[in-house]
Amino acid sequence: MSANIELDYGTPVSASQDKVTLEIDGRQVTVNAGSSVLRAAAEAGIKIPKLCATDSLEPFGSCRMCIVQIEGARGYPASCTTPVAAGMKVCTQNDKLATVRRGIAELYISDHPLDCLTCAANGDCELQDTVGEVGLREVRYGYAGDNHLDAVKDASNPYFSFDPAKCIVCSRCVRACEETQGTFALTIDGRGFASHVSPGQNQPFMESECVSCGACVQACPTATLIEKSVIDHGAPEHTTITTCAYCGVGCSFKAEMKGEQLVRMTPDKNGGANHGHSCVKGRFAFGYATHKDRITTPLIRDKITDPWREVSWQEAIQHAAGRLKGIQAKYGRHAIGGITSSRCTNEETYLVQKLIRAGFGNNNVDTCARVCHSPTGYGLKSTFGESSGTQNFDSVMKSDVILVIGANPTDGHPVFGSMMKRRLRQGAKLIVVDPRSIDLVSNSPHVKADFHLKLRPGTNVAIVTAMAHVIVTEGLVDENFAHERCDVESFEKWKTFVSLPANSPEALAEVTGVAATEIRGAARLYAAAPNGAIYYGLGVTEHSQGSTTVIGIANLAMATGNIGREGVGVNPLRGQNNVQGSCDMGSFPHEFVGYRHVSDTATRTLFETAWGVTLESEPGLRIPNMFAAAIDGSFKGLYVQGEDIAQSDPDIHHVHHALRELECLVVQDLFLNETAKFAHVFLPGSSFLEKNGTFTNAERRISPVRKVMTPLAGKEDWQVTQDLANAMGYPMNYSHPSEIMDEIAALTPQFAHVSYAKIDEMGSIQWPCNAEHPDGTPTMHEDHFVRGKGRFMLTEYIPTVERTNSKYPLILTTGRILSQYNVGAQTRRTENNMWHSEDRLEIHPHDAEVLGIADGDWVGVKSRAGETVMHALITERMQPGVVYTTFHFPHSGANVITTDNSDWATNCPEYKVTAVHVAKVQQPSEWQKEYQTFSDQQLSLLEDRIVAG
Amino acid sequence: MSRLFISRDSTALSLGAEQVAQALAQQTAGQNVEIVRNGSRGLYWLEPLLEVESPQGRVAYGPVQAEDVPSLLASGLLTGGRHPLYLGNIEDLAYFKHQDRLTFARVGLTDPVSIGDYLAHEGYRGLKNALALQPAEIVKHVTDSGLRGRGGAAFPTGIKWNTVLNAPADQKYIVCNADEGDSGTFSDRMIMEGDPFVLIEGMTIAGLAVGATQGYIYLRVEYPHARIALNQAIESAVKNGYLGENILDSGKTFNLEVRLGAGAYICGEETSLLESLEGKRGLVRFKPPLPAIVGLFGKPTVVNNVISLASAPIILDKGGEYYRDYGVGRSRGTLPLQLAGNIKYAGLFEAAFGMTLRELLYDFGGGSATGRPIRAVQVGGPLGAYLHESQFDTPLDYEAFAAIGAVLGHGGIVVHDDTVNMAEMARYAMEFCVEESCGKCTPCRIGSTRGVEVIDRIVDDIEKVKNTELLRDLCNTMTCGSLCAMGSMTPIPVLSSLNLFPEDFGLKTEA
Repeated sequence: MSANIELDYGTPVSASQDKVTLEIDGRQVTVNAGSSVLRAAAEAGIKIPKLCATDSLEPFGSCRMCIVQIEGARGYPASCTTPVAAGMKVCTQNDKLATVRRGIAELYISDHPLDCLTCAANGDCELQDTVGEVGLREVRYGYAGDNHLDAVKDASNPYFSFDPAKCIVCSRCVRACEETQGTFALTIDGRGFASHVSPGQNQPFMESECVSCGACVQACPTATLIEKSVIDHGAPEHTTITTCAYCGVGCSFKAEMKGEQLVRMTPDKNGGANHGHSCVKGRFAFGYATHKDRITTPLIRDKITDPWREVSWQEAIQHAAGRLKGIQAKYGRHAIGGITSSRCTNEETYLVQKLIRAGFGNNNVDTCARVCHSPTGYGLKSTFGESSGTQNFDSVMKSDVILVIGANPTDGHPVFGSMMKRRLRQGAKLIVVDPRSIDLVSNSPHVKADFHLKLRPGTNVAIVTAMAHVIVTEGLVDENFAHERCDVESFEKWKTFVSLPANSPEALAEVTGVAATEIRGAARLYAAAPNGAIYYGLGVTEHSQGSTTVIGIANLAMATGNIGREGVGVNPLRGQNNVQGSCDMGSFPHEFVGYRHVSDTATRTLFETAWGVTLESEPGLRIPNMFAAAIDGSFKGLYVQGEDIAQSDPDIHHVHHALRELECLVVQDLFLNETAKFAHVFLPGSSFLEKNGTFTNAERRISPVRKVMTPLAGKEDWQVTQDLANAMGYPMNYSHPSEIMDEIAALTPQFAHVSYAKIDEMGSIQWPCNAEHPDGTPTMHEDHFVRGKGRFMLTEYIPTVERTNSKYPLILTTGRILSQYNVGAQTRRTENNMWHSEDRLEIHPHDAEVLGIADGDWVGVKSRAGETVMHALITERMQPGVVYTTFHFPHSGANVITTDNSDWATNCPEYKVTAVHVAKVQQPSEWQKEYQTFSDQQLSLLEDRIVAG
Repeated sequence: MSRLFISRDSTALSLGAEQVAQALAQQTAGQNVEIVRNGSRGLYWLEPLLEVESPQGRVAYGPVQAEDVPSLLASGLLTGGRHPLYLGNIEDLAYFKHQDRLTFARVGLTDPVSIGDYLAHEGYRGLKNALALQPAEIVKHVTDSGLRGRGGAAFPTGIKWNTVLNAPADQKYIVCNADEGDSGTFSDRMIMEGDPFVLIEGMTIAGLAVGATQGYIYLRVEYPHARIALNQAIESAVKNGYLGENILDSGKTFNLEVRLGAGAYICGEETSLLESLEGKRGLVRFKPPLPAIVGLFGKPTVVNNVISLASAPIILDKGGEYYRDYGVGRSRGTLPLQLAGNIKYAGLFEAAFGMTLRELLYDFGGGSATGRPIRAVQVGGPLGAYLHESQFDTPLDYEAFAAIGAVLGHGGIVVHDDTVNMAEMARYAMEFCVEESCGKCTPCRIGSTRGVEVIDRIVDDIEKVKNTELLRDLCNTMTCGSLCAMGSMTPIPVLSSLNLFPEDFGLKTEA
């Protein structure tokens, strides 16, 4: 249930192109064939009472409220389950129908509390509305009969409560859990009058399989399943459509407000990415935005051992600009730089890189995408000509074979994961390439991978090349596509290369740890699919050969003709909300907005003209180069917006060392994050609720971010960057982010037709959006590749230098979990900790046995880079020889252990492969003790900050 | 050699048939005696019924207990000798002689699990004919026969088969509804225990007719003896080439499996049955789509009652017209009626449609068991109407019953004498719905519980007029609003009780 009631059509839209005309209440109505009578009526503006039907779920036909009479048909069919037919004559209102409907309402209310006035759903309850519509005036059964009014409320979930006394057993929650989310945590237990909703096996929600996605709450027509925030605060009174600031799915949400207070976030059913679905993060974990840890006053200090001092915005900006300019004066123009954030808006990101290129006068700008999807940019640009995924999310619903490599959609991209699971339940085949048994492999109801290539971490290239070997040598190539659409010379070279015996699955089996028959089977399945789609994540990119695997994936898609239409494609699943956007916005040191190299004179001239400055033609420093330069003394000042390099970047010892060497570190963030503990200037950031802008998700969808409350610190992030630019002496004078977008559109071919007006009109736009594609581009490379001909590139497998040996016998790989988000700065400040309160080391029972480790033991994890300690979790998800952890808690020190190895093309760190030694220990590591001391000291320096007079 | 017949039918077993069989075996040991465990003839007041093959035909004795065996043997049982339990040739008994045993032709006559017996008694002639026909021709025979679904809904079987035949699909199914849950009914059980091959043959014919290669018999778990008989017969049919791949060298395939229910009445409703067969909760599906189009596992499926399917062999053997020549009006062929409750001669009576209820009750049923006047009769299971004595002249045919607001259903007839309290019966109807509702639709789920409460208030004289009106409104809500027959037909016994026997509710008889 959502405030600002939207029209609910009762049943999902029919995809049929055919039209059917029927008569409803004497009116001619034309609808898509396959529509229900209920939907046809709704589309014609005729409202039929209903309770169990909602347009996000398949019809069920249980409440019987929507009965109608149809000429020539017996009885009273439910309009939700009756498909339209040409010439059908439907009557939706007459005395007979009214009597039956009132009779049903009377039955409902005979077993329902009469506390409407004090009910949390008062005014927002479909039962209340429907009973009102049918005109029930009396419950002649009385209230002394058998009932469920004493049923016990389940408040175990931190975000919503379940009150079975209010349940009308419409099964919408059960169906939402099945159809929308695909978790099947809910069922109806008992039968007849005893029928009741049961999480798990009559367990509390928190003990069931429930993943708290909120689909059941969204589907509930009463107060049975309702947000605790609504119980606490009352009904919201206005609503603004905005975009979630968590993962790269980019779900559209309604921020439901009471004045400036956010009461709840509800998924927008018109959302192009999520179609009304959500996950536990976006739906519920927004409390961080008003958490007491938010810093709302600018802070400065000279040394990081000094206490912080609260200052005015003006003083803070002047101080920062002065220090940065001073550094440039002393050490040269290139001694400073900045880092943009994939969590900030396109406009903010654009502004930061503009400040650096035009205001700092160098190209020392990089972004956190460096450490996640930079190989995607390189690999897809090199092969297809564009640094982006090729499809929209909906495309997966037309896939026949889905190949998931190094991604864990049900945890990392849960809303898209649910859509993928729906397609798999419809019968699409699944190939998973992952060292772990992720949920998609066999732990999702009614989903099972046809092949799970459980490879050794670090051997993606070998797997992908071996699959290519099978496709080429077994004659499974789509020669027509390759010859018509791709560069033939590169194709022939590639064929020769992959056909080499050394690239056969048999030859590579020992390296990959995957039986050749499995690789062959998977390759055949993918190649034979009418529509084969590849989805991949950081398990592909965060390797020393990350770019090579991306290229290999692109090769596979081109060789099998799986590009350029719905159901196919190459789809990077982006980690953060605006990874795509931050890359698009020219955050990399070598590229302007739209992936145009800084050495390209025409492009540079364009920007020089627009920005009124001379721009450098040489790429600037990448993040790892900045660290190295800081340590060698040539890099002294850094502006970091919304990014926590001190936790998220690999080889933390090295990162911390570099940060300590800086003379001026300016951090702009919501919280005193790990990086801010090394900062000299802290500029309070604004949350996604406090500013206007846009995010671009993994499917290139530009979606609106809307300000629903006043920034706690008084400024939106873009305003702060603008102030800093002006203070640095480079004038900026935007009055609204829409003006920034206009500038982006004017300077960027892919964005030429993007404007706030158009985004408002369409809801969201997938770039490229230009004269050729005025309404955006859901599917890329339809007629030709962006680069003209698709380019095959050779993918020789070169093992990482990170090897196991007797000292470091296990491989550590890393990943995310559903309830927490990346460095955890947001989710750790919510009740999501109830699901995941610490990072643990997942280890196979065999390894645990050999090492004498029991579940829950403290284990030391030591690599060539460092050592940390965490609790062990013994699980058969792992394969022997491989351990795994998440990186959501700073004190876990996952990045204390990761090394400085990185992708050959882009320097994306090799987070996914670290040779480690694991042993049972009794206490935290030395690093953790030092970290704790340092962190405590920094927090007390914040606590004891000098408040402005 | 003497051949003795003692039934393996559940009713006979519950009355001591097993002990009789054992006593016979012991006491005839060493003699040239074969004891055949046949099905029941359906004359239940005579069970355990013992028959002996003799020159005078099948001479019967009954009801026989184990302690009667010595005296029977002493009286010349093996040659059909006289004895106080002597009944003469079973087929000369009026109750038996006046039946039209088409579907039940072999039940009681043969060894149910002997394929040799089956073949010797005209078995598999229908299948052999069907194998020579095109699918549409098979369907035409069934259509021509006028056979309507014997499970209760009386939908023309030929039309259903034709729909499945014309539904294109890579897989189709034949599902036999053997979840015989109506109170007072036992014809499905009797035929499955007494002549399982006829059901298997009928399903095989159905498979050929519509292009289905897999069949399932959804059998209620309460029928363990039927399960044994069916599985023995299936095994034998497979072994002898009548079932499985390449049936009788025709190249045609039909596989058959018995699946057990879990005790829910609602799983006798065809869509709940399909859900249950798929391994899900027995929840009613909405229609359309019809199971004939989207049935088991989403594929076109014939869902037929046991008797409907078991009628196919004789139709294919003797032709649609032969079957159609029995019956009246639009009710063609025969219906195995099941007499139960307070009736002197309880049992199965297969007769052509058209006999009156009164003839059945008095001429063959012999009136009530207690000897008291019959006051009310419920025809068609727990959802059927209670009939008043004034309605007993109604002919047993679908349309005649529909005309008086009653149903023939599955042919179950439960008799009550004049000691019955019809308000209690009405309450029981609602209570049955409380017990057996799947809980999906609101009118049935909540309405049945409220129905019991309202009837209690009427009986307890609490606001009698108002509550009577409420009961009628509730019945209207359930009739018009329910998703399936469970909820929509529960008002039939309730309202027939209320309308015909108002005095039992403490209401004045309507003028």
